[in-house]
Amino acid sequence: MGLLSKKDTKLITDPLADNNPITIQVLGICSALAITAELEASIVMSISVLFVLGVGNVVVSLMRNIIPSKIRIIVQLVVVATLVIIVDLVLKAFAYELSKTLSVFVGLIITNCIIMGRFEAFALGNGPWKSFLDGIGNAAGYGVILIIVGFFRELFGSGTLLGFPVLGDPIEKTGLYATGYENNGFMLLSPMALIVVGVIIWVQRTKNKELVED
Amino acid sequence: MEHIELFFKSIFIDNMVFATFLGMCSYLAVSKKVSTAVGLGAAVIFVLAITVPLNWLLDQYILQPGALAWLGAEFIDYDLSFLSFIMFIATIATMVQLVEIVVEKFSPGLYNSLGIFLPLIAVNCAILGGSLFMQSREIATLGLAFNYGVSSGIGWFLAILAIAAIREKIRYSNVPPALRGLGITFIITGLMAIGFMSFGGMLTGGDEEAKDDKKTVQVESIQNVSEDLKNDTEKELANNTKVNE
Repeated sequence: MGLLSKKDTKLITDPLADNNPITIQVLGICSALAITAELEASIVMSISVLFVLGVGNVVVSLMRNIIPSKIRIIVQLVVVATLVIIVDLVLKAFAYELSKTLSVFVGLIITNCIIMGRFEAFALGNGPWKSFLDGIGNAAGYGVILIIVGFFRELFGSGTLLGFPVLGDPIEKTGLYATGYENNGFMLLSPMALIVVGVIIWVQRTKNKELVED
Repeated sequence: MEHIELFFKSIFIDNMVFATFLGMCSYLAVSKKVSTAVGLGAAVIFVLAITVPLNWLLDQYILQPGALAWLGAEFIDYDLSFLSFIMFIATIATMVQLVEIVVEKFSPGLYNSLGIFLPLIAVNCAILGGSLFMQSREIATLGLAFNYGVSSGIGWFLAILAIAAIREKIRYSNVPPALRGLGITFIITGLMAIGFMSFGGMLTGGDEEAKDDKKTVQVESIQNVSEDLKNDTEKELANNTKVNE
């Protein structure tokens, strides 16, 4: 790690596990739950958030000394909204079907609490490079959970990953289905997202006792 | 009829928390006590009731493709819909600030109960989500937009009230240590969402005419099926006789 000092590395790796935005800081839950029925949508959402949070953190950090503190929320919202419009237009141009599936949730990145939370907590008090690393780290921590949830929901719900059948054909009864395995359609419904995230939190806190609430 | 339908649909079937997961962050963070949950819930209803109709007007007369026609014929081709995110969020942030000032001035009592929650609401996904869903579901009139705002606010209010009540009680239960707090709240919300899914069939009854149409269609389809069956059996019979021959 010649490029990154120890402190900088910590900025990226911390949010991946012990300070994860979703399971520990409880930020950005809304979108994490609504779009994770398919792995592909989860990945695209993670990349969008990575872009918005990385760039947004740098922009806010550069402007941190000239934003009057009374109107900082509106300024931050305008920065995020501009970045999200860019993401939305790019998605509509290059992945139209996917942008239909994500529907309003791309727009809701604006009010994704992760973004405002990191702006307030980090970018307003630190330089651009550190803010960039913090943004990337937190967005990656968010993405990891999204991809885990998306992976399990798509695998158990429809027996596919990224749209490719991995467990055999449910109609022809090949692969695993030959043994009597059935897709659990329930995993595709929205309530299961909550329960899957609940289980992830459970596993994480069983491993790391320090995170347990009283 | 339209209004009643939309009202119950947005409260129960398309409940903001349980069906679309909007406003989850504040839903999880502010649901430890019933009294604070009521305050936040009321503030959400209030702000949604103002911002959704306002954004409906913006969408209808400025943002939609061709919406600028009232300015003159040369503006008909304009399509500003790519600006809707930034317009909606600016309206919401401004309205929240404005509401806060007005309420503080005229009703100190209400301000004391809602006050601390109002700034929080500007970045609540439920508010922006309300406007974006209003846009994507193409709600037809200003009245319906107001109705949609109020009723989805009530849906959110019900959800946060219910979870806060459960969380107050669950403190006395023996939850596994690793699940305590956030984990169990997620799982309970999941179970409640499953419960709310049962409201899904509530509005499929429809009015009399629609029912009659359906019946005739069904009858026709049954007739078709029976005709098909007849043909099939005749063919089979024919085949059998051939085989027998």
